[in-house]
Amino acid sequence: MGKTELAIDCQDLGKRFGNYTAVQGVTFQLPVGSIMGFVGPNGAGKTTTIRMLCGVLMPTEGHATVLGFDVKTQPEEIKQHIGYMSQKFSLYEDLTVRENIDFYAGIYNLTGVLAAERKRQVIERIGLNERLPQLVHSLSGGWKQRVALACALLHEPKLLVLDEPTAGVDPVSRRVFWQIIHTLAREGMTILVSTHYMDEADTCDYLGFVFYGQLIAFGTPAEMKAKENKANLDDLFIHYVEREAADDPRNKGKR
Amino acid sequence: MKRFNWSRFMAILIKEFRQIARDKPSVIMAVGMPVIMLLLFGYAVNTDVDHMPTVVWDQSMSQDSREVISSLRNSTYLDPDFYVRGYDEIRGYLDSSSARVAVIIPPDYGKQVQGNGNTAVQVLVDGSDPTAARAAMSAVQTVGFNTGWEVQAERLAQQGGQTPVLPVQVETRVWYNPDMKSLVFNIPALIGLIIQNVIAMLTAFSLVREKERGTLEQLVVTPVRPTELMLGKLVPFVIIAFVSLMLILSVGIFWFGVPPKGSFLLLIILSMLFVTTVLAIGLLISTISQTQLQAMQMTILLILPSILLSGFIFPRDTMPLLLKGLGGVVPLTYFLVIVRGIFLKGIGLEYLWKETLVLATFSFVLFFLAAKRFRKNLD
Repeated sequence: MGKTELAIDCQDLGKRFGNYTAVQGVTFQLPVGSIMGFVGPNGAGKTTTIRMLCGVLMPTEGHATVLGFDVKTQPEEIKQHIGYMSQKFSLYEDLTVRENIDFYAGIYNLTGVLAAERKRQVIERIGLNERLPQLVHSLSGGWKQRVALACALLHEPKLLVLDEPTAGVDPVSRRVFWQIIHTLAREGMTILVSTHYMDEADTCDYLGFVFYGQLIAFGTPAEMKAKENKANLDDLFIHYVEREAADDPRNKGKR
Repeated sequence: MKRFNWSRFMAILIKEFRQIARDKPSVIMAVGMPVIMLLLFGYAVNTDVDHMPTVVWDQSMSQDSREVISSLRNSTYLDPDFYVRGYDEIRGYLDSSSARVAVIIPPDYGKQVQGNGNTAVQVLVDGSDPTAARAAMSAVQTVGFNTGWEVQAERLAQQGGQTPVLPVQVETRVWYNPDMKSLVFNIPALIGLIIQNVIAMLTAFSLVREKERGTLEQLVVTPVRPTELMLGKLVPFVIIAFVSLMLILSVGIFWFGVPPKGSFLLLIILSMLFVTTVLAIGLLISTISQTQLQAMQMTILLILPSILLSGFIFPRDTMPLLLKGLGGVVPLTYFLVIVRGIFLKGIGLEYLWKETLVLATFSFVLFFLAAKRFRKNLD
């Protein structure tokens, strides 16, 4: 893939549930190999947008291509090429770390020598070797997070989607986690991550601010801070919230 | 891409087996529960009415009255164990349910029998339980008739006449269950009911658990196809159901001594057809409910009508049309006809093809609905 190639191309994407518009007019383009942070208050529509891009939720407006596949017509192709991890670390708690990894290897259709090789690589990279025979349910939050990441990386996805991956995880685990993320990006993996931590957002290549179902700002962290003349992202975030809080466009339809 | 993928299916299958193996309560519930339930209910669901405690007020205290009482005991329906004097005491026994039947023999009973007079034995029956009351009444009536007949025969013989013969007699032969033991009727039905309850509940829980724990959300973003997930989840339960079925059949056959008169192979095949229907019900429940609690409540919603309307206890022939119709949408209804037919009558598909067809249709339609809802759950 060339440098200018896009991992995500999102045009006017929107999702309506009945009368309620959850997401509206989301437009952005993300180059391959970059890290994009999704920032915004709870319920802003981050997860809905992410689910549309994963091919799980059918958009009601606009269109988007992920890794060159259309989210509306080729969701299965998208699922095969992305890795996904949510804040719940949706692992099987009654299985061991190894059994979870085995399971996801099978789910991504990895078999035989290839499967063994990929598992070995991922286990080494994430440092899970000593934890393999342990039941997931006995692991700490930080370790669960790493196991979940390992499961999402087995099939060498081109795009890694992380929905608040560091929520409720201690600072040391958070740092280790982000080191891995940055290494993956350097190796050419595109990463879409939603977060509430501004220090994490600051290290992203691109940021998208989502408020009330709309992407109200998109750009590099430096650009965005400069544009609104704010010293740090915390101030910027609060500035946006205060500016936008007055009118939630999604409530207009109801009145 | 849309094709069924063996590796994904196997991954789910292996995962399910590992989870089941680690989930001890589930294994116990799947394998142990049916056996325990059959052992318990096999004894509990017994509608045979006999050895009813009986109170006697024998005012005659004669040879003849003692004969009547011992005939009552010999009928095995009544146990005349309590002897009292007076109606007050009788009331006490009946009120407290210490006795179900009261027999009152008049003071002149012996005199009237020995002389050529007429007499009457009064019997009071506790009618709260109509089945028991009916059994008691028919028992005392038989005893009464026989005693009367014997007395009459003796009198005729004393007068030098011939021993009379009843001009019309009814000869009854009971087929299929000659001893009319309710156990023989109930054990096959219990096997169906228990398999249904256990398997439906286990299946219903299996998918709901993934919803509750959030793992389904993760599976949705993987390339796994609904068919792979569904089959991967069901196959272990087919195997569990088969093992359960074999165990429970063994208990029925060897412990309770109720062997099937018909083809064992046909019994197994049609039982597995029923299991398939139940799996589909369980799957449907799991796609509708969001939590294990809801799944539990819905399973109970299935169990209750299947006990009351399927003909498990109450014969469907006597039900009002509406209830009979409602029973008609309970798959167990049809399986009971099949399982009782094979166990008791030894009949085969030549008589059971209709029920088999209905069950097959149920299983097909339910699976179609479940699969459709299942797909929606994932998308």
